[in-house]
Amino acid sequence: MSAEPHYTLYHPRWYRRRVSVWWWLQNRSYTWFVLRELTSVFVAFFAVVYLWQLRALAQGPEAYGLFLLRLKTPLFLALDTVAFLFVLFHAITWFHLTPKAMVFQVRGKRVPDWVIVGSNYAAWLVLSGAVAFTLLRG
Amino acid sequence: MPSTVALTVARYRPERESEPTFQTYEIPFRKDWVVLDALNHVKDELDGSLSFRWSCRMGVCGSCGMKVNGTPKLTCATFLSDYVPAPIRVEPLDYFPVVRDLVVDLTDFMRKLKQVKPWIIRTEEKPPAEGEYLQTPDQLDTYKQFSMCINCMLCYSACPIYGLEPSFIGPAAIALAQRYNMDSRDEGAAERLKILSEHDGIWQCTFVGECTKVCPKHVDPAGAIQQYKLTGATRWVKSLLLPWGTR
Amino acid sequence: MDLSSCDVLVVGGGGAGLRAAIAVAETHPRLRVAVISKVYPMRSHTVSAEGGAAAVIKAEDSLDEHAYDTISGGDWLCDQDAVEAFVREAPEEMLRLEHWGCPWNRERDGHIAVRPFGGMKVERTWFAADKTGFHLLHTLFQTTLKYDAIQRYDEFFVTKLLVGEGRCQGVVAIELSTGQVRAITANAVILCTGGCGKIFPFTTNASIKNGDGMALAYRAGAPLKDMEFVQYHPTGLPFTGILITEAARSEGGWLLNKDGYRYLQDYELGTPTPKPVFRSMELGPRDRLSQCFVKEQEKGRTLEGPYGHYVHLDIRHLGEKLIDKKLPFVRELCLKYVGIDPVKEMIPVRPVVHYMMGGIHTDIHGATPLKGLYAAGEAACVSINGANRLGSNSLTEILVFGARAGKAAAAFAAEQAGASPSLVAQAHDEQRRIEERFLRKSGGKERIATLRAEMHQIMEESAGIYRTETVLKEAAGKLKRLQERFQDLSLDDRSYTFNTELTAALELSYMLDVAQTIVHSALERRESRGSHQRTDYPQRDDERFLAHSLAYRAEEGSPRIAYRPVTITRWPPGKRVYGR
Repeated sequence: MSAEPHYTLYHPRWYRRRVSVWWWLQNRSYTWFVLRELTSVFVAFFAVVYLWQLRALAQGPEAYGLFLLRLKTPLFLALDTVAFLFVLFHAITWFHLTPKAMVFQVRGKRVPDWVIVGSNYAAWLVLSGAVAFTLLRG
Repeated sequence: MPSTVALTVARYRPERESEPTFQTYEIPFRKDWVVLDALNHVKDELDGSLSFRWSCRMGVCGSCGMKVNGTPKLTCATFLSDYVPAPIRVEPLDYFPVVRDLVVDLTDFMRKLKQVKPWIIRTEEKPPAEGEYLQTPDQLDTYKQFSMCINCMLCYSACPIYGLEPSFIGPAAIALAQRYNMDSRDEGAAERLKILSEHDGIWQCTFVGECTKVCPKHVDPAGAIQQYKLTGATRWVKSLLLPWGTR
Repeated sequence: MDLSSCDVLVVGGGGAGLRAAIAVAETHPRLRVAVISKVYPMRSHTVSAEGGAAAVIKAEDSLDEHAYDTISGGDWLCDQDAVEAFVREAPEEMLRLEHWGCPWNRERDGHIAVRPFGGMKVERTWFAADKTGFHLLHTLFQTTLKYDAIQRYDEFFVTKLLVGEGRCQGVVAIELSTGQVRAITANAVILCTGGCGKIFPFTTNASIKNGDGMALAYRAGAPLKDMEFVQYHPTGLPFTGILITEAARSEGGWLLNKDGYRYLQDYELGTPTPKPVFRSMELGPRDRLSQCFVKEQEKGRTLEGPYGHYVHLDIRHLGEKLIDKKLPFVRELCLKYVGIDPVKEMIPVRPVVHYMMGGIHTDIHGATPLKGLYAAGEAACVSINGANRLGSNSLTEILVFGARAGKAAAAFAAEQAGASPSLVAQAHDEQRRIEERFLRKSGGKERIATLRAEMHQIMEESAGIYRTETVLKEAAGKLKRLQERFQDLSLDDRSYTFNTELTAALELSYMLDVAQTIVHSALERRESRGSHQRTDYPQRDDERFLAHSLAYRAEEGSPRIAYRPVTITRWPPGKRVYGR
């Protein structure tokens, strides 16, 4: 390492701070932000499990049975729970961020944020209800 | 309430030191004083060599942005009474090169501001003698919020993306681009989108949202950027589906 | 010595400076124009203007009415040819700004909305809520960015005008970021450096308003005109001096004394009505309203707080909806700085130094008597403001006369040959002066803050709302002694990089010069007119003083006062009548 350059008359000598690797621990909202970014890993996890499920289904009833057995192991149950919590966090944070990105005008007036967030939750409830209905009916 | 307060200030004197140090001053505590008043007390009475920028002292010129106890603030609008009896620590804004003490270099922002073309773009200009372009109060409301930016740089200092990727155009400049895009008198949105869809534009933003939180004028740059992304994405999808329709 | 050059150099990046720069770029696209400013242009004090900008736009209004309001408001000290040009060109300038994107408030059908203002007989004040100056400045600044011909020297502090062969040919300036002293030569220089409210202790003005340009011109031999006319705005917040816009009154706010009484009715300003009436009561001119405060205080009918006497500005009856739509900044400032909500509580206010009617003497094109030197905005005195400026005329003035000065300076610059060689030597001398007087000076015991505080006290006592011979005479002597003590100044900071103590010292020396011109001009004007009220000469004296004062810098340092006639075209001097 060479020594710091010395001051030269009439030349600026700026000090540039380096961003710490731990910048995201410096305040709570940065930490929440990084956690939110991290949720994508768990969304991906669910997608992979789903693909795995499809593959097992294609391989026949035996393979599918084995797949279901594996899902019931404590390791998978634990993983699923963590992943579910992260996905829930993902959904809720993004629901609340939607009105920032999508501004709707009705008769020249901006639709209030709570209406947009509320309609996200409403859509979520309706879809969940439909899924529950389909599953529980059988 | 205490009669004095400890004010710790970041010092950087490039002619004699290679990195910042901290200096603590004991200043009188007055209920009506803002952090800037305390700094001025230091400069006038204790140490004339402390450098910082300030001007209007009413939160509209945008000069006196600094970090107060870790958060970017306009020091003319931040009262000592919000912190005492705890000590107060004043530092220059993050992510900008420090020129001296509390003064940071803004050349980068000035360049970026120009880059986003923050002026009315029209294919045909009407001579002033023919009167105003009509604009209803509702049309004014759609962009008014984004026009309130005082260029105080607090949002850049709150944006870790800007810290990690200094080429990022950044919150205030993008919000100002959006201010003109949404102005009913402007026809330059497509031109600006071209610039802002490039690598250093809107897609660098991962929506930390801190810029909006620290904004002293409630401009909501985070909102502006996300709206911009939506416009950009919609145009891109349209150009895929209807390649002849978006020309 | 680092030497650069341009064709037209604009000193100051506020509204007038930026408008001038655009005028040069548009009328003479081949000229190189540069804006040099001690702050980034968007920090300039134009940003703090609140209420609006006057220009005739509505069918029921007329140019003559605007001219008459301005001239009577200025107590007949305005040059009427200048006023006529001003009102004539105002609408087009304002529309141009609209075309550049200024977010003016609108009528429901999309046309420009206007509001009433003090001393105006018709609604003609364009506004962008109560942040008109802010929007105007940012619109102008952002518009300048599209002109590649406009070059900027941001954060360069001008210390001297370069004068060679009898004409102004540039400036010497300190580049703040490095401390380097540089010479910038130009064929024409336009001073748009604003006013000098910081000469007084209690002012709405920003810390950058130190009369830099006025002092630069004065030292270069150009006279300062009508410097005795200092405007007190009637409604500033105690302690901070933050301005509460006149729009608060024009929208219907009331001024109340400690008994809740609308005291203006006692001073020939009309009878109180629930709705505002043009040129009446709270819509009277600023000089009168500020004088009423003092009289009310003498009668013991003001309130007293930790920061002196005050009265109440009551806007509660306007309702939250109107306040949020038209006066949001008033609410924001009160909540932030006084901790009161004007929707529910009354605002404490008192008169506060706001504006200089006087400034660098220019003709109707912004040209000063020194060839090659132009001026516009608050730094200049054309004069359209006379003895008292009407609210909302100054934002319009910076546009109209910024543009005029820009065009005239460009035309002049286009005719000139290059810079004379003697300038480099001058610049070297200036660099040596700064080094020897400040940075490498040994000894000295005076502090900037001490001298500044004493100047403040002298000015408040002698050149306030009411003035008298004895106090002014004393003040003149005291200022002279302050000038001497300034020679004994010592700085803590001897470094080059962003030395704000050095600039504060230079600013103090500018302020001391300008303060002397104010006190001497006020001393010589033995009459009362507009904002200049002499208790020993309470009447207006048109026979002797229907004239502009001109302060020249004399050899021994103190100003020499001369006079020039006022231009009267169509409105012979009459009585100022309000409330009827």
